[in-house]
This record gives sequence, C-alpha cells and structure tokens, in this order.
Amino acid sequence: MSAHSHAAPLQGRARFWSPGALVMAALAVIGFLFVLGRYTGGLGAVSHLSQSHPWGLWIGVDVASGVALAAGGFTTAALAHIFGRHAYEPVVRPALLTALLGYVFVSLALLVDIGRSWAIWKPMVFWNPNSVLFEVAMCVMIYTAVLHAEFLPVVAERFQKGFGASLANRSWPVVAVAELLEGLLAFLNRNLSKVMWLFIIAGVVLSCMHQSGLGSLLLIAPTKMSPLWYTPILPLLFLTSAIAVGFPIVVFENTLVSASFELEDEMDILSRMVRITIVLLGIYGALKIGDVIYRGAWPLIFDGSTQGRAFMVEVLVGVVIPWLMLLFPAVRNHRTPLFIAACLIVGGVVINRINVFLVAYQPPYPVQSYFPSVGEMAITAGFIATLMLAYRFTVYFFPVLSPAGKEAN
Amino acid sequence: MELNRRKFLGLTGTALGATALGKPGRAQAARAYQPPPDAYGCLVDLSVCVGCRKCEQACNQVNHLAEPERPFDDLTVLDAKRRPGPEAFTVINRHYTGRRDERNQLAPTFVKVQCMHCQDPACASACIVGALSKKPNGAVHYDVSKCIGCRYCMVACPFQIPAYEYHDPLTPRVRKCTFCFERISQEGGKPGCAQVCPVEAITFGKRSELIKLAKQKMADDPGRYQPTIYGEKEVGGTSWLYISREPFAKLGFQNLPQRPMPHLTETIQHGVFAYMWAPLSLFALLGGAMAVFNRRRDQGEGDK
Repeated sequence: MSAHSHAAPLQGRARFWSPGALVMAALAVIGFLFVLGRYTGGLGAVSHLSQSHPWGLWIGVDVASGVALAAGGFTTAALAHIFGRHAYEPVVRPALLTALLGYVFVSLALLVDIGRSWAIWKPMVFWNPNSVLFEVAMCVMIYTAVLHAEFLPVVAERFQKGFGASLANRSWPVVAVAELLEGLLAFLNRNLSKVMWLFIIAGVVLSCMHQSGLGSLLLIAPTKMSPLWYTPILPLLFLTSAIAVGFPIVVFENTLVSASFELEDEMDILSRMVRITIVLLGIYGALKIGDVIYRGAWPLIFDGSTQGRAFMVEVLVGVVIPWLMLLFPAVRNHRTPLFIAACLIVGGVVINRINVFLVAYQPPYPVQSYFPSVGEMAITAGFIATLMLAYRFTVYFFPVLSPAGKEAN
Repeated sequence: MELNRRKFLGLTGTALGATALGKPGRAQAARAYQPPPDAYGCLVDLSVCVGCRKCEQACNQVNHLAEPERPFDDLTVLDAKRRPGPEAFTVINRHYTGRRDERNQLAPTFVKVQCMHCQDPACASACIVGALSKKPNGAVHYDVSKCIGCRYCMVACPFQIPAYEYHDPLTPRVRKCTFCFERISQEGGKPGCAQVCPVEAITFGKRSELIKLAKQKMADDPGRYQPTIYGEKEVGGTSWLYISREPFAKLGFQNLPQRPMPHLTETIQHGVFAYMWAPLSLFALLGGAMAVFNRRRDQGEGDK
C-alpha cells in the first residue's frame, strides 16, 4: 500500500502547539484528574451512574459512538483496497489512523468504566459465547490488533531511512537497540505486506460483526427499552448507520485537519466520496423510518415525550436534512456546506447511540433519573481531547496525510 | 452451486445481522438451553405476610451484610418504597391497594422483593465472562473471581435486581440475593428468610412441588387468591413464585412476557455464528471481490 502513497509527515510545515492544541492539552489534564478521582473514590464518586442506570455517558458516547465513528477506517479500506477505487488512497491512511486511535480510546474508556479495570483480560479466558458483549469484545480486541498491523507500513515508511544522523553521537547500546528496532520493523513490514490483504478483509469482516453486535446488546432488555428504538433489526440499523457514517467522518476529519494545518483540502476526492454516502445513508434512513412505521411505533414520536422528541431530532437532523443536502451538487462541491452536512450525519449517529443506550432505556423502578455528571463529561471531553492530540502528534511525525498541491510543486 | 448460494446467504446473513429471525426453525435448534429440571424455589404467599422484616434481618445475618442505618424492628422504614441494594439483598415494601379490612381500615399488603432466580436468566446470558450462572439447584450464582464489573447484567435483568458497589474503586462487586446457595446445597438447608419467617409466608421446596402447592391453596380456599402464580411463566419462569389476594399489577409487579429474555439475542448470536459460517462467507466474498477488482485494475490500470 505504501508504494503509491505520497503521504508525508507535517513536521516543519506547521507549529505543533497551536492554540487549539493547547486547549486540548488542558482538557486532557482536567479529564485525567477526574480519572484519578474515579480510581480513588470509585465510579460513584465521579459519575451519576446508579442501581437503575448502570450505563451512562461513557458507554453511549466514548464506547458506542467511538466505535461507530471509527467506521471510516474499514469503509475507506474496503473502498480503496477491496473494491479497487485507488483514487481514494489519500484518505485511507488518515481514516485508518482515526480508526486505530478510536479503538485504542474506546478500550481506555472501557477501562475507566468497568469496575474492575485490572480484570479486563478475563473475557479472553472465561468465555461466554451466549453473551453479545463477549462477541463485541472479542471482535473489538482482534480488530484493534488488525488495525495495528494495517498501520505498520506507515511506521515502517517513517523509519525506512533509519534513525540516521540522530544516532551519530550516541553510545553503542543506543545504536544497537535502534538498529534492532529498525531490523524488526523492516522484517515485519516486508512479511506483513504479503499478507496485508488478509488483514484488510479481516478488518471489514470484524467491523461488520461488532458494529452490528453493538446493536444487539440492548435486545436482551425488551421490557426496558422504548419501542421507538427496540426493534429486532437494531443490529442491522447499527451496521448500516456505521457504514453510512464512514465517509462523512472522513470529510469531517479531513476538513478539520486541513483547516488546522492550513493544508489544501481534498475536495475532489471528498465530493466524489459523498455521492456514495447518498446511497448508504438513504438505505439506513429507509430502514430506520420503514421499521418504526412497520412496527406501528411511530405514534410515540408525536406523544410529546422526551423520547418522542429525541427520536424526531435524531431522524430529522441526523438523517433526513443531511441526506437532502447531499443531493445538491452545490453542497457536495463546496467545503463549508459539505462540512455542515458531514457534521449533521456524524452528530446524528452520536445522537442515535445516546438515544439507544440512554434515552430509550427506561428502568422499571427508577431510583433517580440519569443525567451525566460533571466528572463524566470531563472524562469524556478529556478522552476526545487526548485522541485529537494523539492524531495531531501522529500526522506531525508520521507519513499519514498527503499534503497535496504545495508538495507537488 | 450450493457453495455459491451459501456464500450469498453468508453475505446477506452478516449484513442483515438479524438473519436468523427469518429462520426460526434453525434458530430454535441453535438455542439448546434447558432450565434445570429439578430446581428449588420459594413460594411467597402475600396474603399471609405481616411485614415484620424478620426475613430482611435473617438475610442480613446469613450474608454478613453491614448493619443498616435503622434497625430491623423499625417498621417506619416501610413508609417509603425501597429496592434491594448492595447491603440489602431483600426488602419488604408495603402497598395499599384500596382493600379495607373488617374494621374498614385500609389494609396493607406486604411484598418481599429479591432476585427472582429466573429459570432462563438474562443476566447469565448477558454476562461477558459467565460470572453469573444458573445452578442445577435453582440459584443464579455470582462468581466474583470472574467478574470484570461491566454491569451488563444490570442492564439485562428485567426485575432490576443486581446492585453495584459504586463506591469501591478497585474491587466492586455485583450484589444480589444468593438464594443462600451454600445453605441450600446442604441436605435440609433452607434460605435464611424462608427459615425465619414467623408466619410461614415463604415455603421452600422443589419448584415443581411449589406450583402444585400453590394450585392446591387456590383450590382449597376459593376466592382468596388471584388466579395466577407470578413467576410460573413470566420470562420463562422464576424460582421465586408468588400468590396473592390482590392483583399483582397493584403490588409493584411488572407485566412481563412469557418468553425468556435471552431468546432473541441468543437466536441471532447462534444463528450468525454457528460454525462461523457468516463471517467466513463474508470473508470469502470480499476476498473474491478484491481479486476481481484488483485484476481488472492491473489489466486496465486506472480506476474508472
């Protein structure tokens, strides 16, 4: 894959510590302080989780939305590598990076959320194949490993010329270790590239499995779920929405990065890409709306309840409006309206995951209603900020982005 | 040909996720779970309970739970509805249904709440590591050594029973009625609450016998009881069974489906993952697509 890429590190092209990056660092530090609070006072000290609401913001946003928004990785990989649309190559690496970081941070968020963080390895030993969560965990774990393998060529490319001059004045143990690492990297890269196709396909299969699996999680609680969201096709809705959000998340991330580093954006690629989104989002929207009508649950949308309003916002703002927008070439071909449409779709998926995991969940004996605490929000914000910093760091030092135009001249 | 058809089904299968829904026959076969045939149970006769809270006290002692803020003989606790929690595996709630006694006073009905020990428990199906399991003696048993604290059992339980130690930073446990697993594993052993009940509102025994007993009681005293045994059929049956003079809906009991909660998820799960046919088929299909598209590219060069 590396052969036909023009990706290059951004080091030297822009400042690393932009004002935005400093804000992110501050948010990360605040989040970390609350994580310390969680590990000293327990989940109860920082969250509003309760006996009636065991899952909250972290599961709805950090985990469920995080996994969905990492879908750019497998959708672009499928498009460029499996379906052979190599013109989309320049956006594969950044999408892959987003997915990789996304899954790493999903795992970290889970570590904070589960009560016995130190026991997180136990599902590898104690299997319960009846459990949907077990399936999701296994797929996520294996897929995270696959993403690391898929990302290896980028790391190998970065170090292909060796550590060179930076080692000139170092003592021999440092040089020996560096050479060993170089050798290992080159060896891995050489051999992995022969079987990379296996990893790419496995990545798509694993994604399909756990994206839909995530939707099956709440099917075990039929009596606790609002009928607006409880449907046997919930796994299918999760899968199709993840596929539909894949390209919009690439647009979203590409626009932010090119603005932040003052790069030329890749509008030609993005405009073509979102034409596919019209079909994908259309399929999801049709399934979603068709399902709620078919099951006869639609009158609940208009009953004035919080759930009804949340459903309406989810479908109108997250699906219908951006879908209509994308129909117009004027939207697809211009940066700002395209960015807005992408934001709506991305936001729509986040709203959907929050709705399914939190709004739709109505325990029979509510001890107290759930609204996320300051601590939960700070930790979530901290995770997102850290993720963005890690992204910035990686594109700064590794060949991920293809800064077009300026580079070519 | 057969292979091609299966590959095709494989793709649609994974893509649909819920494929097994369309094939109930196969899916039923995929779900082999059978509730333990010889499980113990407890029959609670709500028309007998006087709300003395002796069962709560016995539970507290048997399970070595912390001393409550207000003592067990303080019956004003009953003024508010409570739920079982990490330090109280069972609670008594007082309900007024509008019924009046012989002196025309509003007559209370007391309802004991604890883990129902479902025959086909959602928590056990949901638990990622199998820390919760249905034992042959009827208890839904919690094995803390496997638990990772994900709280999916709490999400899954239709009775909202498992409680969590939210203020323990490193070793929080899921807490619920144990059915006095150790005690009932011994010959003649009874759960603490059933043993202590001064009015014999709780009868411990084989579940099948208890259902007979409940029906006998209804037959012996016509008009005294509602015609249903709560827990006989709810969510596939529970080890705790209730009979009542008042309608269950007025006593905080939910109207639950008869189908076991894990039915849909396990049907999907085992339908899609039987012999890994769906993932493998999708893998084969994508591999084929990749080969075709890349050959076309190598021959023609250029994408479009």
